[in-house]
Parts: sequence; structure tokens; C-alpha cells
Amino acid sequence: MESTGQVQVSLFKRFTNTTFFRVLRYTILRLITLFITVVIGVFLTILIANMGGYVDQIMKNDIRERVIMQMAADPRSHNLSPDVRKKLIEERISLEEKRMGLDQPLVVRSANYLRNALTLQLGRAINMTSDSGSKTVRLILLERLPATILLMGTSELSLFFISIFIALSLSRKYGSFWDKVIIALSPTSSVPPWFYGIFFILIFAAILKILPFGGMVDVPPPENTLDYVLSVLKHMILPASSLIISSLFLSIYNWRTFFLIYSSEDYVEMAKAKGLPQKDIERRYILRPTLPTIITNFALMLIGIWTGAIITETVFLWPGLGRTLYRAIGLFDTPVIVGSTIIYAYLLAITVFLLDFVYALVDPRVKVGG
Amino acid sequence: MNTIKSSFKQILQYPSAMIGVFVILILVGIAIYTMITIPYEEAIRKWRGGEEVWYQNPRYAPPAWYNLFSKKKQPISFAVSSANGQMQKVVNHPGGDVSTIDITYSFDYSYDDFPQELILYFKSSYAEKQPFVSIQWITPDQRTFKVANFSISRQTTYRFTQDEKLIRKLKVENPMVGLFSDPTQPTPTPLKGTYQLIINGAAFEENADLDAEFVFHGKLYGLAGTDNKRRDLVLPLLWGTPVALAFGLLASIGTLVLTMIFAAVGTWYGGWVDALIQRITEVNLVLPFLSILIMVGTFYSRSIWVILGVTILLSIFTGSIKSYRAIFLQVKESGYIEAARAYGASNARIIFNYLIPRMIPLLIPGLVSSIPSFVFLEASLAILGLGDPVLPTWGKIINDADVDGALYKGYYYWVLEPAVLLMMTGLGFAMLGYALDRVFNPRLREL
Repeated sequence: MESTGQVQVSLFKRFTNTTFFRVLRYTILRLITLFITVVIGVFLTILIANMGGYVDQIMKNDIRERVIMQMAADPRSHNLSPDVRKKLIEERISLEEKRMGLDQPLVVRSANYLRNALTLQLGRAINMTSDSGSKTVRLILLERLPATILLMGTSELSLFFISIFIALSLSRKYGSFWDKVIIALSPTSSVPPWFYGIFFILIFAAILKILPFGGMVDVPPPENTLDYVLSVLKHMILPASSLIISSLFLSIYNWRTFFLIYSSEDYVEMAKAKGLPQKDIERRYILRPTLPTIITNFALMLIGIWTGAIITETVFLWPGLGRTLYRAIGLFDTPVIVGSTIIYAYLLAITVFLLDFVYALVDPRVKVGG
Repeated sequence: MNTIKSSFKQILQYPSAMIGVFVILILVGIAIYTMITIPYEEAIRKWRGGEEVWYQNPRYAPPAWYNLFSKKKQPISFAVSSANGQMQKVVNHPGGDVSTIDITYSFDYSYDDFPQELILYFKSSYAEKQPFVSIQWITPDQRTFKVANFSISRQTTYRFTQDEKLIRKLKVENPMVGLFSDPTQPTPTPLKGTYQLIINGAAFEENADLDAEFVFHGKLYGLAGTDNKRRDLVLPLLWGTPVALAFGLLASIGTLVLTMIFAAVGTWYGGWVDALIQRITEVNLVLPFLSILIMVGTFYSRSIWVILGVTILLSIFTGSIKSYRAIFLQVKESGYIEAARAYGASNARIIFNYLIPRMIPLLIPGLVSSIPSFVFLEASLAILGLGDPVLPTWGKIINDADVDGALYKGYYYWVLEPAVLLMMTGLGFAMLGYALDRVFNPRLREL
């Protein structure tokens, strides 16, 4: 008996020392902490979206006003006695409040929101509708997703690759004229994209009249697919370039500094001394060790696309997620706000979680859970 | 002290830093000048005021200096009054209770376009019998128009373009064309020269009196032009400066100091305090920053101070707390901290006297370069319609212009003026910040 016990203990010990167990334990712990983070973050957003019951009051007043107006506008109600009418108004108000879920206390409602959000049951919007007339939050968000992915995806991806490409070539020519130009221009990134947008609209739409002021396609939309695509591209030039220009120089500057730090490492000098071609040095000695950072930035950039660019989309009247979120806030539409937040939170958590493993894959020095 | 002096000398070597300092000094100068010359209450009263404050200004008038850049000179607005002696006023008592009051005003007109509107505001004092006025208009070629005659009550407004009789008399749709055009030209062209406005008034009581104010709505106005509510844009442009500087400075100092204190406390105590701060930072990363600001603005309060507080609160637990933590972890192990611990210094003393001061040189560049983002944040919220409802700010001007379709209608000055100021502020602080960064972070300077 005793010996089997010892065997079990030692087996257990051996098991706990395996890589598999270490990774498993780390994975579970990491998932739990990330999940708790998401839960707290989403719950806080739900609370803020209700302003501690303040928004409920706004919505209740809104309902009361609307119902009374409806009754007053209804000719049939004029024949009713005041008591009956009052009762009818109260009935309609409570019905409407029930429809919006306002009859339940705030705590219960917030908990319900949280549970539904976490299980990705995004539910129905309160006031907003999608263009196809649906009130489902999922449809409202999905309908806007292509526009945002098109604009943000194009600009963020080009920004990312252009800046890395230029930064790499600049890091080779440290101190050159173009290097100094980029350094001098990097403060321009303190200006947000929508601000460049206003200038672009002024120059290209108002004065030169060669590009549209805003929107996504011509009105009415062209029948021909090719014309449609061309029209969308034409509308995309200004918002996309404002998004790119606003971060371009700082992004190049940061990557350049980053690459410079890595290209002054001893092993790079060694490779140079060996007479390796410049391309090999860049690829094997500079890009390889910086890969984890590049991947992190890339991943965070990809999920950043989800939130859209609230203000740039608003300035350019681009029908994307950012503008939808802004409209949702204006209409007190908590389900849409929460829906958008929970998806971002999940995307962020999943990315952070996966990055740990990706690091271990691309960088042999990193051990998962080690 | 010496290190500060030598850093200062190094800063002088960066031309971009000098431009930055220059811009910041100009902005600070404007801010101080504004706060002294236009008191806060006065600014708010005017900014929120309607016609009664701004009746003298035309709508949508570009600034007067437009004429410097265009061949076609546009008329510049002005307003004169007989009450303060800008218009000549002669009072005669020919006998009895009757008195004649003659108000005349001559002005040079050398523009290539017609004005928007001429308005006369009469004010009179009498007991029962209303005074009577007749208005005459003398052109440079000595043609005389009888514009109108009517009796006036205590306050009477006469608008030239809305007088049907005058329109019929001049046989033109716009009385401005009739009064200002050169009769010898085939197309309506303004006649240049000295015009004279004569108001012959008669009062029929002993103590009766009347005064007139002549408001000339040209096409241009003042140093900065006017907006859709006739407001002089100089006021919000000037007052936007202290607001933007205060918001940017307070937000960035508040954020940095609090972030640093939290990072220092976390690293010093370690354990659950540190873990808690780390977890809060992770939760904060999930929270949608701009959405929360928009929600606070929409649901709760658009006051700039509330927004400032929320901004600071949300900016404390960000990525920078992690980088401070990394530095504090190094500093924590250094000898002088151990010495402090050995002589029995309290935790608070170590954190505030030994840990944090060590970080200050590292903080200055970050402090300066984070100001633009907060200045623009205020403008960003304003352009979403969430600007402070009371204060005049640059963002509010852009928002007003945006809502009114200024770019579409061609009122470029309305957007460009605040935009240029915002850009100057942003670039000024950013340029100084980047230079400081290179001075205080030697590792960067080598590159």
C-alpha cells in the first residue's frame, strides 16, 4: 500500500514537472485572470452606460412624454373621461417600460446585461435599427463591420507595412537627410486624424472639388459593380489618408529607433564583419529578434480596427462601427454600446492570450509559463 | 541644479525646441492678455449672448484682412452712434417746445462690392408726442435720395433692405444696389467716394431727445470675422487659448503625477498592492476610453472640468504605469534607498522623497509631449458636439462651423482660424517634448 502511494506521489511529481503540465497550468491560470479582467471591464462599461440609474430616468421621462403626446394626438382619446385616459396612459407607460426592461431594478438589469454579454447574446437594441430594419444588435454591428474593416483595415495595414519598410531602410542610413526629415516631422503625429481630415476636406473637396466631402458611395449608388467599387475607393481616399498621415511619421520614427537599437548589437556587427549581404543581415539579424514586438504591434493594431475611428468616421460621415457607437451613445442604446465593448474585450483577451504562445514559437528564449 | 543648467544648454541646441518654446511663450502671452482684458464673466456673457450683444456685426463675415489678398475689395463693417459723438449731432430750438435734431455722418466708400445691410437704431425720450425723422442719403456724385420718413417710438429699428417703399422708389430689388451703384455703369458697380447720411429729426416736447446708431453690415468684419450668430470670432479664439492650455497642462500633470505615485507605491510595497494595480491596469485596457468619455459627456455632464477629471482617471492606469514600474524596480534596489531604509526612513518618506524625485527628469519630456494629445482631446469631444456648453473653446468653433457646413459653403476662415491655433499649440508642445526627450534620454540622443 505504502509503496503504491509513493509511486503515485512520484508519478504526480514527475507529471507536474513536465512541460505539458506547466503549459496547462499556465494556460488555465491565464485564461481565468483574463476572463475576470473582461468581466470587470464589461461590468464597469455597463455601469457607466447607465450612469448609475441616471440614464434610466432620462429614458423613463422620454417614454412618459412620448406616450402622453401619442394620446393627445389620438382623436379617439378625446372622448374618454380624464380618469380613464390617465389609467390608459399609465398602462401604456408601464408596457413600454417593460418592453425596454425598465421595470426591473438596475442591479438585476446590469447583471442580466453582463450575463448576456459574456455569452455573446447581444440581444436587441432599444432605439436603433439596422438599415435592413432589424433591431438585433448583432445585425446592426455586422452591417457596419465591412465599412470599418475596409477603411481601418486599409489604412492600418498600409500604415504598418509602410512605416516598417521605411524604418528599416532609414535605420541603415542613420543620420542621413531623410532620417533628419522624419525626426523633424515626427511631432506632426500629435495631431489627430480627424484634424488632418478637416484640412483634406478643405483642400480636396471644398477648394479643388476633386474628391467628395464624405460618405461611402455616390448617391444614388452606381448600378455597375465596377463603378460602385471605384466610387467607394474615391470616397475612401481622404479618410484613409488622414488616418495614415496622422500616425505615419511617429510610427516610422519609433520603428527606426527600435531597429537602430537592435542593429547596434554585437552579433549584428559580427554579421557585418563577416561580410554578409545587407538583406540577410536585415532579415536574420535585425528582423528575427524583433519579431515578437512586431507581432504584438500587429495583433494590437488588428483588434484596434474593431473600435473603428469614432471621430474620423463622424467627420467623413463614413458608415462604420465608430459612428454607430457614437450614435448608440446619443440614443442611450446600452445593448449596442455593451455589444461593441464585449466584442473588443474578448478580442483583446484572446489576442493577449495567444501572444504568449506566439512568443514562444518565434523566440526560442521565451518559455510558456516559464 | 547643474544638471538642469546643462540640460537647458543642450535644449538650446535644438532649433525645433526653440521654435516650440517660442510658440508656447506666444500662447501663454495670449492667454494672460486675454484673462486680463476680457474677464471670464464678460466673455461668457458675450459668447452666450444673441442679437442683443452682436447686432452690430454681419453674419458669416470673413476677417477684414481678406482685402489684402484679393483684388476685389469687400466692404468692411462698422457701427457708429450719435450718443457717443461718433455721428455729428446738432440740436436747435426754433421756438416753443419744438426742437430739431440733425444727425449727419459721412464715410468713405472705396470698395468693389455692395454691403449686406444698413440699419438705423433710434432711441428717443419723450412723454406723449413721438418725435419724427426723415432720412436722406447723398451719394458722392451729389444725388440725394429721400430714404424714408416716419415717427419713432422709444426704440425703433429701421432696416434699409426691408423697406418696401424704398425698394419701389429705387426700382431695384436690393436697395443696397440702388443706393451705392454708379448710374453711369451698365452693370451694378459701386460708386466710390464719400457718402453722407443725414437724419433730420423733430421733437415736439420740451425735454424730448433722440439718438441714432448707424450699423453698416459690410461683407468683412474685424480681425477674425464672425460666425452664424454674428459673434466676433476674436473672443472665442482668444479665450480658447487659456482653456486649451489649462486643460492640456492640468490633464497631463494630473495624469503623470498620479501615475507615478501609483507606480511608486505599487513597487515599494509589492505584494497584493502591486498585483491590484497591475490588475486595474489590465481592466482599464479593456475599457473603451473615448466611448466612456462620450458617454459621460452625453449622459452626465459636458462641463470641461468633469471631462478633465474622467480623462485623468482613465489615463492613470495605462501602459506607462508598467514602464514606470520597471524603472522603480531598478531604483528600489539602489544603495541610497537601502541607506534610507537603514536609518529607518518611513515608507512615505522613501516614496515621496527618494523614489519619485529620481523619476522627475524622465518625466518632463513625457509631460510636455502628452499635452497636445489632451488639447486635441478637448477639441475632439467638441467636434462630436460634447464641448463645454458654457466656455468658448477652439473645438467649439470648429464644431459650430462643421454643423453649419462652413467648408461646404465656403466660409474657410471659420474653420481655419481655430484649426491653425490648435495646430500651433499641438506642434509647439510636441516639438519641445521631442527635443527634451532626446536631452533627457541619452540613449535616444546617441541614435
